[in-house]
Amino acid sequence: MKKVGNHTSFSRILIFCLALSLSFSLASYAQDTAAAGTEAETAASAGAGDPVKGKELFNSLCASCHKLDGKSTGPALRGVADKHDREWLYKWVHNSSELIKSGDPVAVKLFADNNNVTMTAFPQLSNQDIDNIMAYTSAPAPAPDVNTPGGKVVVQESGASNNLILGALVLVLIVLVVMLVLVNRTLRRVAAANGVEVAKQDSTISLWQAYARNQFLVLVTTILLILTGGYFLYGYLMQVGVDQGYEPIQPIHFSHKIHAGENGIDCKYCHSSARVSKTSGIPSLNVCMNCHKNISEFTGSKDSTYVEYSKEFYNGEIQKLYDAVGWDKSTQQYTGKTKPVKWVRIHNLPDFVYFNHSQHVSVAGVECQKCHGPVETFEVMKQHAPLTMGWCINCHRETNVKVEGNDYYKKIHDELAKKYGVQKLTAANMGGTECGKCHY
Amino acid sequence: MKAIYKIAFLVCVSAVATSCFDKSRPNYQYFPNMYEAVPYETYSESSAFRNGKEGQLPAEGSIPRGFSPYEYENTEEGYELAKANLKSPLDSTEVDMGKGAELYTIYCAICHGDKGDGKGNLAKREKFLGIPNYKERDITEGSVFHVETYGKNNMGSHANQLTQKERWQVAHYVMKLRSEL
Ligand code: HEC
Ligand code: HEC
Ligand code: HEC
Ligand code: HEC
Ligand code: HEC
Ligand code: HEC
Ligand code: HEC
Repeated sequence: MKKVGNHTSFSRILIFCLALSLSFSLASYAQDTAAAGTEAETAASAGAGDPVKGKELFNSLCASCHKLDGKSTGPALRGVADKHDREWLYKWVHNSSELIKSGDPVAVKLFADNNNVTMTAFPQLSNQDIDNIMAYTSAPAPAPDVNTPGGKVVVQESGASNNLILGALVLVLIVLVVMLVLVNRTLRRVAAANGVEVAKQDSTISLWQAYARNQFLVLVTTILLILTGGYFLYGYLMQVGVDQGYEPIQPIHFSHKIHAGENGIDCKYCHSSARVSKTSGIPSLNVCMNCHKNISEFTGSKDSTYVEYSKEFYNGEIQKLYDAVGWDKSTQQYTGKTKPVKWVRIHNLPDFVYFNHSQHVSVAGVECQKCHGPVETFEVMKQHAPLTMGWCINCHRETNVKVEGNDYYKKIHDELAKKYGVQKLTAANMGGTECGKCHY
Repeated sequence: MKAIYKIAFLVCVSAVATSCFDKSRPNYQYFPNMYEAVPYETYSESSAFRNGKEGQLPAEGSIPRGFSPYEYENTEEGYELAKANLKSPLDSTEVDMGKGAELYTIYCAICHGDKGDGKGNLAKREKFLGIPNYKERDITEGSVFHVETYGKNNMGSHANQLTQKERWQVAHYVMKLRSEL
């Protein structure tokens, strides 16, 4: 029968589509594992000697001034073992200034080329140690150079295959819709062939007319409409002036997720005045440069957290920071040409409210996250709390005052607790709901 | 069929209405006369100053309350002098190891590690390399204070995050950590 034939062919298409989308997702998974495999291989085949020990020494002793690729306080060290002979290198690392004083032409020139900065002497290193370091620096630029393109490919591929999966799903949907229409049509045809009457819909006009004539029904619906309308209007009006969820685009894409989350930098490292003053403040750029003098490139792992933005994008943002403070990456010097960064202010209470950070952060010991939300997961900063009066008052009613370790107020705490007959004082008991405390 | 058109129309209208909320812009406000400050707010722009900023550097030569002048210079010689001569002004009752530990955890542990072994989170993740173990360095409380104030090589100055007194508290705590390493 025709009907049956139709059905099997549709389900076949369906199964085919499913298989297609599955195979795409499998393919992307296979690519991921393949990339991970090559990574492990390159790491293993990094070279002879003992680059592992060398790396440890390098990271603890030399990395404060040298990078493998790119200038820091001292020149880049990759491949430096081929530039000089070993004896010279031993002497240089053991005591470079002695070598310079002895008039060695190479050393003297090197010293002059690097703004006459003296390299620390490392007499404690044995020749073997230095060999290890040199083995590490001679590794043929393995990890970063192979990794970066590999990483990029993986990201792009999985992005592409995601699109493919989505496309396949859309296709499946379309096929389903077409199938429905076709099934409907064949059913009708079968019905017609078998002589079954398909019930026709009655015209709706009479229903509408009946409704319009029934005044009671009209009245009830009007009242209902007005009530729901009023409800929504009220809801709309109440949120005017509340900026919850406000997420402006900042001049530098600064990610709290990367800084406070992944790298675990304490909030107060940057927002240091929250400890001691009313405002929490946005860090001045010299605070950024405490780290970014050294961290000039984004090398974050390419796990799921960074899929939205690419490495190049992040590097560009760090470059924006350098442009703002006037830091020249290649010469490692300030140029003196600065331009202020115009951060867009997000949290902003009206002028008639007084809010003090140190009262809440230092005295009450409230965590930043309680008011600002899970900041360490925000790629882009946004306002988490409504900052309405009800929000402040609610918290004052619910939050206990931190009494422990506060000898200064011990007496008043005890007296108030007795007065209100409670074990634990809330901020409201202390007067945290008095208008004058917040409105002045 | 008519009902379907109506429902579709309603859905479209509500979609348009709700999509008006643009999260990159602040919301509307009722009569904001008392919302926006007439005086300058922290970090706002202001035409009162030539560089257009409200935040200004203090006038040259002004000092904060409780400040005592620091006479060692930001040079190699200054560092050596501070290491040899500079002594903490805090007496034993003023040294508060709890406070020092708290500040150290906020400002230093991210690089130097909680124990001062140079294995802070940034070093572990290989973001920031070349952080010494305090034990390896020949440091005194004076030199620690000097380094906190001016920075050294790749370490930056922390003078704007910590007051003088707080820096001394941290310096005492660093010396304690070093003795325990
Ligand atoms: C205090 C910063 C500093 C430290 C730490 C440091 N260096 Fe250097 N290094 C320099 C400077 C600066 C130069 C450039 C020459 C000069 O100005 O003295 C240099 C030059 C060199 C050179 C010659 C580079 C060339 O291009 O010819 C080698 C090799 C070298 N360093 C190895 C090391 C090793 C190995 C270590 C770790 C054990 C180390 N350095 C630690 C600052 C440092
Ligand atoms: C590395 C420095 C750094 C760290 C660490 C850091 N912040 Fe920030 N924070 C900034 C900068 C820069 C801005 C301004 C740019 C922006 O809004 O994204 C900012 C903005 C903010 C704002 C919005 C300010 C406004 O305009 O209303 C809040 C709230 C905030 N941070 C809270 C936190 C909390 C909570 C933590 C700890 C989990 C934290 N920050 C850790 C640097 C930092
Ligand atoms: C305590 C050290 C530290 C401080 C202070 C710091 N950063 Fe970072 N920053 C990092 C680290 C670590 C990374 C990640 C680098 C990586 O993964 O390779 C980073 C990455 C970045 C990036 C690229 C990723 C992103 O967030 O878009 C930007 C831009 C950036 N920082 C800007 C700033 C600015 C602006 C400040 C000052 C408010 C600042 N940083 C202060 C340590 C710091
Ligand atoms: C009790 C709730 C609360 C806590 C806890 C809190 N904040 Fe805030 N924060 C606010 C409010 C309210 C504002 C808006 C202040 C204004 O507009 O005057 C704000 C504003 C800010 C701003 C914008 C700049 C400013 O100072 O106006 C930053 C940055 C900030 N907070 C960071 C922090 C950090 C970091 C912490 C933790 C150390 C923290 N906050 C703890 C409620 C809180
Ligand atoms: C996370 C809870 C919380 C939120 C939200 C909060 N507060 Fe508080 N607030 C406290 C606590 C706890 C204290 C008591 C601190 C103490 O021990 O003195 C306090 C104290 C205060 C005080 C001093 C009261 C007094 O008796 O001296 C003021 C003023 C204040 N808050 C203003 C505000 C404002 C304005 C807001 C809203 C923008 C707000 N707070 C939001 C917890 C909160
Ligand atoms: C804990 C702090 C706090 C206390 C106590 C407090 N308020 Fe408020 N009040 C606020 C905050 C914050 C706002 C701003 C709300 C906003 O912007 O949505 C506000 C807004 C208002 C407004 C609205 C002004 C406007 O234009 O929207 C009025 C009126 C007001 N408060 C009156 C009072 C009165 C009367 C009291 C004493 C019974 C009081 N408040 C106690 C924090 C407080
Ligand atoms: C951004 C990372 C970073 C932070 C944060 C940091 N340091 Fe350092 N610190 C370094 C580096 C890198 C060095 C090595 C400098 C050099 O090459 O001599 C160093 C060196 C030191 C030294 C030894 C200096 C000497 O005399 O040889 C001391 C002491 C020190 N830091 C104390 C502190 C204290 C205290 C803090 C907190 C206020 C702190 N550091 C915060 C990175 C940091």
